[in-house]
Amino acid sequence: MPTLIKLADGHMSLVEDPFTAVADDDSVPHGDVIVSLKRFQAEGEALLAEGRLLGVRVEPDEDVEALAYDLPRLAVIALAFPKFRDGRAYSSARLLRERLGFTGELRAVGDVLREQAQFMVRTGFDAFEPADGATPEDWAKAAARYRHVYQRAVDGRAPAFVERQEA
Amino acid sequence: MYQYDTLDKAFVADRSAEFREQVSRRLAGDLTEEQFQPLRLMNGLYLQLHAYMLRVAIPYGSLDSRQMRKLAEIARTYDKGYGHFTTRTNIQFHWIKLKDAPDILDALASVDMHGIQTSGNCIRNTTADPYSGATDEELDDARVWAEAIRQWSSLHPEFSFLPRKFKIAITAAAKDRTAAKAHDIGLMIRRGRDGELGFEVIVGGGMGRTPYVGPTIREFLPVNRLFSYLEAILRVYNRHGRRDNKYKARIKILVSALGSAEFARQVEEEWSKIGPEADLPDTELARIRAAFAPKAFEALPTRSDVFEAAKASNPAFARFARNNLRAHKKPGYAIVEISLKEIGATPGDATADQMDVVADLAERYGQDDIRVTHEQNLVLPHVKLDDLPAVHAALATAGLATPNVNLITDIIACPGLDYCALANARAIPIAQDIAERFADQDRAEAIGELKIKISGCINACGHHHVGHIGVLGVDKKGEEFYQLTLGGSGAEDATIGQMLGPALPADRVAPAIDTLVEVYLRERQDGERFLDTFRRTGVAPFKEAVYADAH
Repeated sequence: MPTLIKLADGHMSLVEDPFTAVADDDSVPHGDVIVSLKRFQAEGEALLAEGRLLGVRVEPDEDVEALAYDLPRLAVIALAFPKFRDGRAYSSARLLRERLGFTGELRAVGDVLREQAQFMVRTGFDAFEPADGATPEDWAKAAARYRHVYQRAVDGRAPAFVERQEA
Repeated sequence: MYQYDTLDKAFVADRSAEFREQVSRRLAGDLTEEQFQPLRLMNGLYLQLHAYMLRVAIPYGSLDSRQMRKLAEIARTYDKGYGHFTTRTNIQFHWIKLKDAPDILDALASVDMHGIQTSGNCIRNTTADPYSGATDEELDDARVWAEAIRQWSSLHPEFSFLPRKFKIAITAAAKDRTAAKAHDIGLMIRRGRDGELGFEVIVGGGMGRTPYVGPTIREFLPVNRLFSYLEAILRVYNRHGRRDNKYKARIKILVSALGSAEFARQVEEEWSKIGPEADLPDTELARIRAAFAPKAFEALPTRSDVFEAAKASNPAFARFARNNLRAHKKPGYAIVEISLKEIGATPGDATADQMDVVADLAERYGQDDIRVTHEQNLVLPHVKLDDLPAVHAALATAGLATPNVNLITDIIACPGLDYCALANARAIPIAQDIAERFADQDRAEAIGELKIKISGCINACGHHHVGHIGVLGVDKKGEEFYQLTLGGSGAEDATIGQMLGPALPADRVAPAIDTLVEVYLRERQDGERFLDTFRRTGVAPFKEAVYADAH
């Protein structure tokens, strides 16, 4: 089971992952699962009817808008980073939080390194499966590296132009 | 000039600390080169043919004497005593040791400088009109917007891992000195019918292997809506730009594939969902604007007797005045261009001593203001006419008074195969050859404005596509050859140059350019620049002359 770091109330901690990530050609086990968007679109109703918590894994070339009406029923959306350099999931995360109002867990999976932590936290991710062995302490440190930020984002941090007005 | 406040300073210091930690992880072997590469690139540290190269950001090409002196100190301490000003208005140090890099970043941070976002697939340094605040051609001070863009784009949470690098240019003058139409986004400030200021928004220009003059996707964007609109453009690009092939990943490819009308439609639709809360508050814009408020100019007569007398008595000064001075908005002042194209030298290079001289002159005579142009020259934007003879004398002593701005020897060249691992051919020796051939200043002046731009490979860092004469280095079976293009322009009349004919070996490039110039001098009608004559006659007479002996 990969390490799962969760962000809650400004605190990073290591948690037991209650979800099983299920590949498309594997059968779905009992309990809480994360399935692909394609599988969700085919089997979502049936999976939810079994009274479990459900998560959906969205690849970067898939539009999160496709989930707009299902969001209240989803516990987790896992946004995939096939490569460190692929930044599409930051837009997906921001849209899910700001435009589509998703309030469940937003999880970063794939090529997830501590250098991305600050961007992920700012765009609304609150769960991380680091691929570089980072501990919650490493992750928290990387996410809080910069004392100031210049933009409004999902995390609600006051950007420099607001801090300056309040100073 | 904008001065970094405690927040800006903390930001740069945090970056420097982060990088020091990453370098120590690399030197200790905790990071492989493969893992370290994207991290060092985020700080402008490249591994080149012979050494590391550090690219330092000079935001919108604007710096003061304190910063220029620090660059000189770095050149002396950590490099071989010089630096290279680039077509991105940044500076590169080509002989850096990895272990020194954190100390260099600390030295830079001490004067509010850094290498952030000088590399990587993020929003790079913004190009702004180097005459901002000094020319009466401008409708607004482009630096205000460029500084706001610097802040907005710094570690942008959503747009730091784009499909490819992203470059913005901004100008507020009708005469474009930024190559705006060859940028990912070009912003040209316009006045609307009711007098309100807005941007003409151009998206998808670029050079590289598929050059485009960018199309306008919006004729008029009210200035206060800039940041929500940029967010819309970047979001459409981040989501839909190609990531499967790095040569097809720039926004120009997306705009071209969709068509500019469809691209514009997608941006407008996204923009309508974003809304004005993504715009920068007027209070912050006002704060930034105040930092660029003009310093007190003296009330001076239009005519300076000192200046006129010096021109009359000193032909070298008169020549410098003809070629390197531009009109200033205030009477009694001039804009001074300092050419970094001394005949026989490397275009864009400046020694540490030269940097110190420019810093001293800026401090003493130029309101402590220095600009870097995308044509790899420096500018002192505010010098009194009375002081010009003294400024010229000091520049001449330092080898900085070459009177060739916009002339045939004012050549842009990338570092080429002398430094760069990507290059197919050398660029610098070709530039030197051409410059030496046209070293006679009278002849160069008789030829007039002629922009030669040289790239050592198809990535086009030397902007050859938009040279009046472009020179592109290519590799033919292990030998360096050069492809000539004619009729390009990076200015307001932006055009991609047209291929002249088969590539030439290195020793035939300068003679071929001589031939092109002779054809121009023969064909030109009154007042025509090389570019104008070419546009009228087409490529035929030029082609015929250069390849005559091949028939």
